[in-house]
Amino acid sequence: MHELSLMQNVLQTVELSAEQHHICRINKVKLVIGQLTMALPDSLQFAFEALKPGTIFANASLVVEEQKARCQCRRCRQEFELDEFYGLVCPQCGNIDIQVQGGDEMYVDYYEGE
Amino acid sequence: MKVKLESRLLGANELIAHNNRNMFSSRGILVINLMSSPGSGKTTILECTIQELAKQIKIGVIEGDLYTDQDARRIEQQGVEVVQINTEGTCHLDAQMISHAYQKLDASKPQLLFIENVGNLVCPAEFDLGEDLRVVVISTAEGNDKVTKYPLVFRRADVVLVNKTDLLPYTDFDVEKVKNDIGLINPSASIFLISGRTGEGMEAWICWLLQQSKNKLLSMNETSYLQMAEGRE
Repeated sequence: MHELSLMQNVLQTVELSAEQHHICRINKVKLVIGQLTMALPDSLQFAFEALKPGTIFANASLVVEEQKARCQCRRCRQEFELDEFYGLVCPQCGNIDIQVQGGDEMYVDYYEGE
Repeated sequence: MKVKLESRLLGANELIAHNNRNMFSSRGILVINLMSSPGSGKTTILECTIQELAKQIKIGVIEGDLYTDQDARRIEQQGVEVVQINTEGTCHLDAQMISHAYQKLDASKPQLLFIENVGNLVCPAEFDLGEDLRVVVISTAEGNDKVTKYPLVFRRADVVLVNKTDLLPYTDFDVEKVKNDIGLINPSASIFLISGRTGEGMEAWICWLLQQSKNKLLSMNETSYLQMAEGRE
């Protein structure tokens, strides 16, 4: 994944919006990251810490909310979460016709500043 | 002060990819994003595919590499228009690069556009280029574990080409296991077993490509079809 360039994207987006709202110091940035994007929260955190010195984010904290993919078997209607391999197999009946909802989110939810 | 943004992280790329897709569709061009690890045979497959298809359909190629234009020179030998993108260190192509590169191909009016992505199974999976189909190559010399190690690129693939089948007797590659692994994360992906070197299995892949191109033209609305036909005359 591209945690560093993703984070650059985040900072740019927030900075632009902060300018419009006349905010010159950011305290908190909240991201929502879906499981299927394979973006690693730890790496995002690291990239944030590496990029923030000397910017309006210098004293800001980053919160990453991980969003699981929601799966439902089309045969037996069993609902389940994906494992690490993302195997789309129903744990109850072994069916592979699975409906997947969400898990591919990757967005800045909100930020706080003054 | 709290500001709600809900702004997508790859939003800028997705917007350009969306524009690319509309532009390609209005011209009836089928666009293939070819991805794999380095050395799995993307360029050889392209050469082989172009050799068969160039008689029937106008082809354009965008080559992505970190450095050198070696691949573009190889593809040029096949007599098709090719543009090389050198990312100079960046490990994937993005929609903006494709938008720029295609401007140099537009005059030749391709009907089928191949984009050979940078050899990498990780990053290219993230970046939508505006393609119709994502084709991922895995070669028998790479071992069995690529699908399970790099699930994202395979999960998003429309087609998986298992290449270098001529080497099967010399490797421990287990075709059935790989098919099964792909089936578990992406049951709708089409799988073709091919050898770019011997040409084995290429026919089925090429027929499939031609059919996709036909479907693409059929899906165009009448107005844009007429505009395209005029442009080609």
